[in-house]
Amino acid sequence: MTAFLTLVLRDIRLATRVGGGGGMAVFFFLIVLSIVPLGVGPDLNLLTRIAPGMLWVALLLSVLLTLDRLFQADQEDGTLDLLSLGPVSLELQVLAKALSHWLTTGLPLILAAPMLGLMLNLPISSMWPLVLSMAVGSPALSLLGAAGAALAVGVRRGGLLISLLVLPLYVPILIFGVSATRNAVISAPGDLGDRSLMLLGAVTLISLVVGPIGGAAALRANFK
Amino acid sequence: MPGGCLLPDPVTGANHYLMSWSIHTFANPTRFMALSGALLPYFWALAAAGIGVGLYLSFFSAPPDYQQGDSVRIMFVHVPAAWLSQFGYGIMVVSSLMALIFRHPLADVSAKSAAPLGAVFTFLALVAGGLWGKPMWGAYWVWDARTTSTLVLLFIYLGYMAVWATVEDPNRAARVAAVLALIGAVNLPIIRFSVDWWNTLHQPASVFRLDGPTIHASLLWPLFVVAVGFTFFFLAVMMVRMRAEILRRKVRTLQLQQAGSRHG
Repeated sequence: MTAFLTLVLRDIRLATRVGGGGGMAVFFFLIVLSIVPLGVGPDLNLLTRIAPGMLWVALLLSVLLTLDRLFQADQEDGTLDLLSLGPVSLELQVLAKALSHWLTTGLPLILAAPMLGLMLNLPISSMWPLVLSMAVGSPALSLLGAAGAALAVGVRRGGLLISLLVLPLYVPILIFGVSATRNAVISAPGDLGDRSLMLLGAVTLISLVVGPIGGAAALRANFK
Repeated sequence: MPGGCLLPDPVTGANHYLMSWSIHTFANPTRFMALSGALLPYFWALAAAGIGVGLYLSFFSAPPDYQQGDSVRIMFVHVPAAWLSQFGYGIMVVSSLMALIFRHPLADVSAKSAAPLGAVFTFLALVAGGLWGKPMWGAYWVWDARTTSTLVLLFIYLGYMAVWATVEDPNRAARVAAVLALIGAVNLPIIRFSVDWWNTLHQPASVFRLDGPTIHASLLWPLFVVAVGFTFFFLAVMMVRMRAEILRRKVRTLQLQQAGSRHG
């Protein structure tokens, strides 16, 4: 347990000190959302209709951009080989990476989302559903993203490859997340927004299993 | 002799040769080359027969639909292609399992060979569906549940092929690709379910069935015959690709040996 926490804290420290983590992802989030109205026009009604979808798409893209650095530095300086000999299993290592990624990248994006939603004329009543659905769904993004990063570790310019591998896996999270945001204005139990949120939670729980196991298998496949 | 052992008869004491073969009987590349070389002409013949007869039935025997007229005949290419796209991914998943769990030597060759074929059939299903959609719904591309799921399947195929293309060491590529195929297999039902869900949200009233109206027996036969033809075509091309891959690896080994001996 201590070893696991040590790994998580190490990654958090590296992300905050070396930089290139949450700050740049939020900046990218901001820029992508800014060019959307430039592309579709400033009609506020149109922007309101597409706001939940665009916010989620921008979240996905921002997370994707930070994935290729997940295992890259450790693989380059040999830390990954050392850790594979250590007391923490590969599955827990991938879980630690995903947790630290979520804390340093996912969480800032979720906190920034409501304010950036104002740029797309997101109604105030949708902001809490947006934050809630992103909070439930973004761990899945980090977990599946970690598995994808593990698959492409050691490939030069692997960022694009990771995006190609991981985006199909992100489709359910996107669908349920947008549905939960859009339909949860009146969040009574059993209605559409509530159901979407439950399904989103289910996907996150599944990725809690598939992500670490798949990621560990991928790391083993890369270093056998 | 493949996988046999000597079993003494408890009564007479004479030795019986017990033939036991398993999937590892076919693990020897040389034996696979011999077996596939023998089977290939028959597979090609069955493929040609299936597709030829199927297309004849599709064009001349099946009646035109009372609503869609002759454009329903695109279904006889579209539906078997969709079936083959699923079949191709099934082969990839089974091969990947054999490669990772049983370390079967030819399993990764099988998966690598099946992937582009599955991708092509998926693409064919999408294009045929689009050509069918234009006379039926007035649009070349519709975002209904099955179209979207098939599109995501195509992306998964392409991602798998991208792994083989970008990872340099073929052994490493084989293992990484196998893991990816299995992760994709676990997620495919979830993706399928979520796309169906998404579609019911956005199209509450009308449900377009891409198969067309209820399938009559006269339409079913051409469908199955074309599907059988496509399957044998798939298997034949896959075997050709596997043979090519085995030869490619032999060449690579020889080249590495030659490079090593020149400098060693």
